Amino acid sequence: MKLTVWTYEGPPHVGAMRVATAMKGLHYVLHAPQGDTYADLLFTMIERRDHRPPVSYTTFQARDLGSDTATLFKDSCQDAYDRFKPEAIIVGASCTAELIQDDPGGLSESMGLPVPVIPLELPSYQRKENFGASETFYEICRALTKPMERTPEITCNILGPTALGFRHRDDVVELSSILESLGVAVNVVAPLDSTPADIAQLGAAHFNVMLYPETCETACRWLEREYKQPFTKVVPIGVGATRDFIAEVKEIAGLADAAVDESRLRLPWYSRSVDSTYLTGKRVFIFGDGTHAMAAARIAKYEMGFEVVGMGCYNREFARPVRACAKELGLEALITDDYLEVESAIEALQPEMILGTQMERHIGKRLGIPCAVISAPVHVQDFPARFSPQVGWEGANVIFDTWVHPLVMGLEEHLLHMFREDFEFHDDAGASHHGSHTPAAQKRRSTEDAAPADLVIKDGVTWLADAEKELRKIPFFVRGKARRNTEKFAAEQGLQAISIETLYEAKAHYAR
Amino acid sequence: MNAFAPVKAPAVGCGDAPVLKQRGQREVFCGLTSIVWLHRKIQDAFFLVVGSRTCAHLLQSAAGVMIFAEPRFGTAILEEKDLAGLADANEELDREVARLLARRPDIRQLFLVGSCPSEVIKLDLSRAAERLTQAHAPQVRVLNFTGSGIETTFTQGEDECLASMVPVLPQTDAEQLLLVGALPDVVEDQLVGLIGQLGVPVVRALPSRSADVEVGIGPNTKFIVAQPFLGATTGALTGRGAHHLAAPFPFGEEGTTAWLRAVADAFNVSPEKFDEVTAAPRARALKAIAAASERLNGKSVFFFPDSQLEIPLARFLTRECGMSAIEIGAPYIHRDLVGPDLDLIAEGPVLSEGQDVDLQLDRCRAARPDLTVCGLGLANPLEAEGLATKWAIELVFTPIHGYEQAGDLAALFAKPLKRREGLAL
Ligand code: SF4
Repeated sequence: MKLTVWTYEGPPHVGAMRVATAMKGLHYVLHAPQGDTYADLLFTMIERRDHRPPVSYTTFQARDLGSDTATLFKDSCQDAYDRFKPEAIIVGASCTAELIQDDPGGLSESMGLPVPVIPLELPSYQRKENFGASETFYEICRALTKPMERTPEITCNILGPTALGFRHRDDVVELSSILESLGVAVNVVAPLDSTPADIAQLGAAHFNVMLYPETCETACRWLEREYKQPFTKVVPIGVGATRDFIAEVKEIAGLADAAVDESRLRLPWYSRSVDSTYLTGKRVFIFGDGTHAMAAARIAKYEMGFEVVGMGCYNREFARPVRACAKELGLEALITDDYLEVESAIEALQPEMILGTQMERHIGKRLGIPCAVISAPVHVQDFPARFSPQVGWEGANVIFDTWVHPLVMGLEEHLLHMFREDFEFHDDAGASHHGSHTPAAQKRRSTEDAAPADLVIKDGVTWLADAEKELRKIPFFVRGKARRNTEKFAAEQGLQAISIETLYEAKAHYAR
Repeated sequence: MNAFAPVKAPAVGCGDAPVLKQRGQREVFCGLTSIVWLHRKIQDAFFLVVGSRTCAHLLQSAAGVMIFAEPRFGTAILEEKDLAGLADANEELDREVARLLARRPDIRQLFLVGSCPSEVIKLDLSRAAERLTQAHAPQVRVLNFTGSGIETTFTQGEDECLASMVPVLPQTDAEQLLLVGALPDVVEDQLVGLIGQLGVPVVRALPSRSADVEVGIGPNTKFIVAQPFLGATTGALTGRGAHHLAAPFPFGEEGTTAWLRAVADAFNVSPEKFDEVTAAPRARALKAIAAASERLNGKSVFFFPDSQLEIPLARFLTRECGMSAIEIGAPYIHRDLVGPDLDLIAEGPVLSEGQDVDLQLDRCRAARPDLTVCGLGLANPLEAEGLATKWAIELVFTPIHGYEQAGDLAALFAKPLKRREGLAL
C-alpha cells in the first residue's frame, strides 16, 4: 500500500483507452464499475475531443457481484457490436474487474462475434498507463498484421502517437513533412487516426519510426522480429536529435544522398544571438517521461547553454537510459512516481528554471521558480489551438520559445539591473510579460522583511545587516543564487558572519 | 404583492408520474468525487481513499484540482502484495495512517473511504476505523464510509460521509434546528442568518467546519436538508430521534421560500414575522431571476442523471425561469426528499432513474432540447452535434442555494445559450 496524492500516470486501462480513442473503427469493451467512466472526460475535456471515446463500460454494481457479472459483460459486448459495428474489438478489465476474475477475453471469444476480438491482460495493481498503451498497441499489431509485400517506393510507418499524448497531433504533421522532404512516404500512422484495416497494412512499410518508445517500443521490436522491419531509435526532439534521426533514416532507407533542408530551423541562430547570452548557465531541473526528459537534457545543455542540475523520470520502464543520460551530465537521476520526492529534490536544488510536467509547474508556482512544460501528464493547456510540435525543426523552434518565455528576457534583465532602484523596476515587478510571478516574489520579500533588523541567522551563518541590505539590491531572480553561493562560500571559509566584503568575495569566487 | 403569492402546485404534478428505468451503461461519477468538495468544507479532516490507481486518477482528473499543493485527501493504493493476504493490508493501512498523521498534525478527523477494490476484497474499513480511533484518540477521530462506484453515485459519497458522522454525534435534548448538507460557507452563513432572524433559537450545521464545533442530536432536534441526495443521512438522523422537515429544496425564490417556510412552520414563526424577514431577499431574488432568465423563457431542457439535483433544478427552471422539461434523469430518486419538488413540477416530462446512456442519447438527439444538462464526458460530443450543454458538475461546485444565489443559478443555465447567440462562427 502506498499513499499517493497526485499521480503522473493513470491505470493501465487508461493507456488502452488512449490507443482505442486514437483509432477509428475500433471499440473497447471495458469491464468496470460506473465511476471509471470518469476517464471519458480526459478525452472530451482535456483534449477537447468532439466524440465520446469508443468505450463501453459494463458498469457493474455491488448487487451484480453475487449474481452474474459475466453475463453483463457479454451483453455489453453484444450491444457494443450491434450499435457501433466496429472493425475490431478490444476487451479487458479495470482494476475492480480484475479482482472478480470474469475473464473478458474468454467470454468474448465464446460469443463468436464476426470481427476480431483482442483480449488485453493489463495488470492494474502492478503497471500503469504507459504500459497499458504500449501493451494494447502491441496486441493490436499482433492480432491484425500479416506478412505482405513492401511498397515499391520507400515508405515507413510512424508509430506511437495516441490520444491524450503530449503534442502527438502536431508531431505527426512535422515528422511527416521531414520524411517526405527526404523522399520517404508515410505508409501508416498508428495508432493515431488509424483503422484496424490500416494496421493490417503495417507490413508494407520498409521501416518503422519509433516516435514515442513509451507507447510503441514493444510493437516496434515485435514488428522487427516478425517482418524484418527495422525501426529508428532516435527520437527527433531537438536540433541534434533531429539531425541524428535524419542520418538514421538515410542509413536505414539507403538514401545517403538525400538533401536535408534546414531552412525552417531557427533555434541555432536564436540561441547564438547576443540576446540569448543571459541563458548561459541557467540552472535547470528536468523531469518528465523518460523520452522527453532525455531529449530535454540534450537540448538544455547543448542547444540552450543551460546547466542541468538535476533530471529524472516517472516511468520506471525508462530508468536505465535515463540514469545513463544523467550520468553523462555528472548527475544521479531521480526515478520516482512520488510527486513529493520530486518536490523536495527541486526545493533542495533551487534551480532557476524547471522543465517538467504539469505537476512540476505547480511545484514551481509554489516555490516561485519558472517552469516550462515538456512532457505528459497533459493538461488542457497542452493542446494549444496553434501548431506546436516538439519534434523536428519546427519542434525545436517551439521549444526555444516555450523555454525562454518563463525566463526574464535578456535585454530586460539588463534594464532591471540598471534601474533596480526605480519604482517601476522594483523587485516585485517581475518579468513584464509574465505577471504570474509577482505573488511568489512578493511572498518571498515579505518573509525577508520580517527578519530581525540587525542580523539574519541562517543555518549557523549570520548575515550582517548591511550585507543583507546589499543582497536585497540584487534583482530577485538572481538573489537566491547569490544568497546560496555566499552562504556556501562562507561555510567553506569557516566564516561565522557574512559582511558586504564576504558577499563580493563570494561573487568573485563564483564568477564565470 | 402578488409576486409573493403562496406556492401553487400544478393540477397534476410529477409526484405520481411513471418512472422510466433502463439498465445499461451509466455515465456517472462514483461517490469518491464528493471528496473534492467535502475536504474543502471540513477543514480539519483528511479523506484517505483505500483503493487503486484508478481511484487516485479519478480524484485528480474529475476535479482538475491540481492547485492545492498538498490537499487533504489522498489514496492508499493497493498493490499486488496487499491483495495476497488481508492481514497485510490492515498492517499496511495502519502504517500509512500513522505516517500521514505524523506529517499532518493539523488533522483532527480522518475518513477512511472505501472503494470498489477495497470492497471486493472485503477489507473491513469499519473495523480499521475503530482500531485506528483507539490508536490515535483523542487527537484524531477516525470514521469510514463508502465512496465506491459499485455502491454509490457521485453525490452519494457526501451522503455516506455525513451518515457516518451521525452515530458519533453526542446526545442532546436541546431544542434546535440542524441544517444538513455541505454548503459553501457563504451560503450556509446566509441561510443560518435568515433562520436566526426568524427567531429559531439554535441552528447548527452538519457537517460543521471543524471537529471543535460540537453538534448534538436528540428528540428535540428538527432537521432540514439542503441537498436532495442525503437519503441515508436523513435515515440515520431519524434513527437518532430527530424530526425531518420535508420541503422543496432551496433553489430560486420559490424553493428557498418554501424551504424556509417549512422551518418557520415547525418553529411556530408568525406569518408576519416570516414576511418581514424574507420580503427584501425575496424581492431581490425575483429581480435577479427575471433578469437572468430572459434567455431561458420558452426554452426546453433535458437532464442527464448526475448529482440528484436534477429534480429540484427542473422545478426551478420550469416554474421560475419559464422553461419546459423534456426529460429529467436522476441517478436515484429519493421520494422522501424530492417528493415536494416533484409535486410542483407540472406533468409532462419523462422522469427517468438510472441510465442506459446510449438509449438516453438517442432520446436526447431526437428531442433536440434547447439546453442539455450533462456530465463532462458528454458535453463536448453533444456540442459538436449542435446541442447547447451545461456541465452538471458546475452545479455542485458553485454556490447556487438560497435567495442571493438565485440569479446566479439562472445565469449558469443561460450562459451557454448566451454564448451561442453571441458567436458568429
Ligand atoms: S468506480 Fe470504484 S474503482 Fe473506479 S474510481 Fe470509483 S471507487 Fe475507484
